[in-house]
Amino acid sequence: MLGSFFGVVFDGFAYGMLLFVLSVGLSVTLGMMNFVNLAHCAFAMLGGYVAVTLMNGFGWPFFATLPVAFVAAAVVSVVLERTLYRRLYRATELDQCLLTIGIVFVAIAGAAYVFGTIQQPVQLPSYLHGSVTFLGINFAVYRLFLIVTALVITVALVTSIEFTRFGARVRAAVDNERMARGLGINVDRTFAITFALGSGLAGLGGALAIEMVGLEPGFAFSYLIYVLIVVSVGGLGSIRGSFVAAALLGISDSAGKYYVPQLGAFLIYLVMLGLLMWRPGGLFGRR
Amino acid sequence: MTVASAARPLYLDGRDRWHGIEIAFWLATLLPFVLFKSYLSLASQVAITALFALSLDLILGYAGIVSLGHAAFFGLGAYSAGLIAKHGWGEPLTGLILASAIAGLAGYAASFIIARFRHLALIMITLGLSLVLHEAANSASWLTGGADGLQGVRMWPLLGYFRFDLYGTTAYAYSLVVLFLVFLAARRLVHSPFGLALRGIRENALRMPAIGAPSHAHIRKIYTIAAVMAGVAGALLAQTTSTVSLEVLSFQRSADVLVILILGGAGRLYGGILGAVIYMVARDQFSGINPQYWYFWIGLLLIVVVMLLPNGILGGLARWSAIWRRGRR
Repeated sequence: MLGSFFGVVFDGFAYGMLLFVLSVGLSVTLGMMNFVNLAHCAFAMLGGYVAVTLMNGFGWPFFATLPVAFVAAAVVSVVLERTLYRRLYRATELDQCLLTIGIVFVAIAGAAYVFGTIQQPVQLPSYLHGSVTFLGINFAVYRLFLIVTALVITVALVTSIEFTRFGARVRAAVDNERMARGLGINVDRTFAITFALGSGLAGLGGALAIEMVGLEPGFAFSYLIYVLIVVSVGGLGSIRGSFVAAALLGISDSAGKYYVPQLGAFLIYLVMLGLLMWRPGGLFGRR
Repeated sequence: MTVASAARPLYLDGRDRWHGIEIAFWLATLLPFVLFKSYLSLASQVAITALFALSLDLILGYAGIVSLGHAAFFGLGAYSAGLIAKHGWGEPLTGLILASAIAGLAGYAASFIIARFRHLALIMITLGLSLVLHEAANSASWLTGGADGLQGVRMWPLLGYFRFDLYGTTAYAYSLVVLFLVFLAARRLVHSPFGLALRGIRENALRMPAIGAPSHAHIRKIYTIAAVMAGVAGALLAQTTSTVSLEVLSFQRSADVLVILILGGAGRLYGGILGAVIYMVARDQFSGINPQYWYFWIGLLLIVVVMLLPNGILGGLARWSAIWRRGRR
């Protein structure tokens, strides 16, 4: 009983960590420029497809594809940022939503055209298969790997935001954009770099997600909802908030599916509604 | 007459007058009966979608409430109408009224939540509410038929005389009349002082209470009205097609109607209607080629509209005609 409980929490936490990698970039860029980027998961999908193509088409090993997925998503996102997004920074949320939904539609149709609508197969190295047993509980190796990766990313993000000059610029721009501009910080460039990093992380998340949730063109939409939940519940611009929200969401989702399967995805939506009504700005939001 | 009409600003009366183009438009809606007889069921779908878009226009275009979950009320209306007919009362008009009342009650309850939020939280809450409803309809398959859809809806003849035929003659006539009546109500509403207050809320929700207009009460009112209208549209769909699928509550439907409204031009009475005509007819024509790539063109269109035509097709037309008129002078 207790063993299965820990198993559920472990699975949920691993899932939550995946959601964290997928969504943390959106949280920071949303907090910074207030830009509602619904195409965030399209970048994740791009990373996933890059990884799959390299693995199945060119025989690359799994680990070599991850950095490429990161870079590909980052580069494409920065091109879009320079050409389309930047014109809408002062526009309404509705316009931003619509532009990025348009990009999602194009991305989904494009992915369906190039790769077809089937689930993409992925071959992991053998040492990521199977599971280890510790204290009578089974831990899937891949989920352990996901958790470790997410923790490494969190530590790297927090240190670079807290202790580097670039991080200080990002924090200044999130806290008060106009003041940061007044102090001579090039907010647009800082934002472009942050945006690229965030989208790159989404691309990495997309590559990591294939093993757990699969990859097909609908990914850009189906995971968008989860990512938005993480971002809005965690609070805009807060890495800590995204981490807590993602973990909470992952665990409540897997616990809900395990203990009250008839509720289905209900629980996750109800948790979101409850949290948002309690704190409209998110758990760690400032507004 | 009443105090309200005495206090009515003069320029509101000017806008209330019927334009020649409007009359021509409504006469043109009768054309499918004569010219496109084989497309009458499509025409009734267009009318229903236009009604749905009009209801979104009232909250989004006029009051500025961005909703990603408006399908919730459409679906509630559709399921209510379908269930009423399935359980022995197939009379269309009373079914329509009952179903829209149910959607309106849900909208009234939800409006207390909606009025408190803005920005991203508002978008997420509207989305969340509709997702919860979608899940509820999915799991309550004993009531709704779940993913298989609601079967066995039997409609009685309209007004006791007109049967819902295979060609959709009755369906289109019914949908069109309902659309026109609801449109008249919406037209009256947006040209009233209340409609003006809504636009004030859209422009600045914080300042409106300062000049004595209660923002929250207005938002609750218009949200309920929009929910009733969406419920009417959903009920029409259920009654004219004699089936209800889970899709009526889906996120896709909420997103589609948003696209339709933006395409036509939000904040204009005819925006949603024009958008619905273009969108539905284009989808009908293109889906024969390949339904999968339909969204590619919609996506591209959205990007172009947001970038080049910020106020939709009608907004663009208005701007061009203004430029043209200025050029002539």
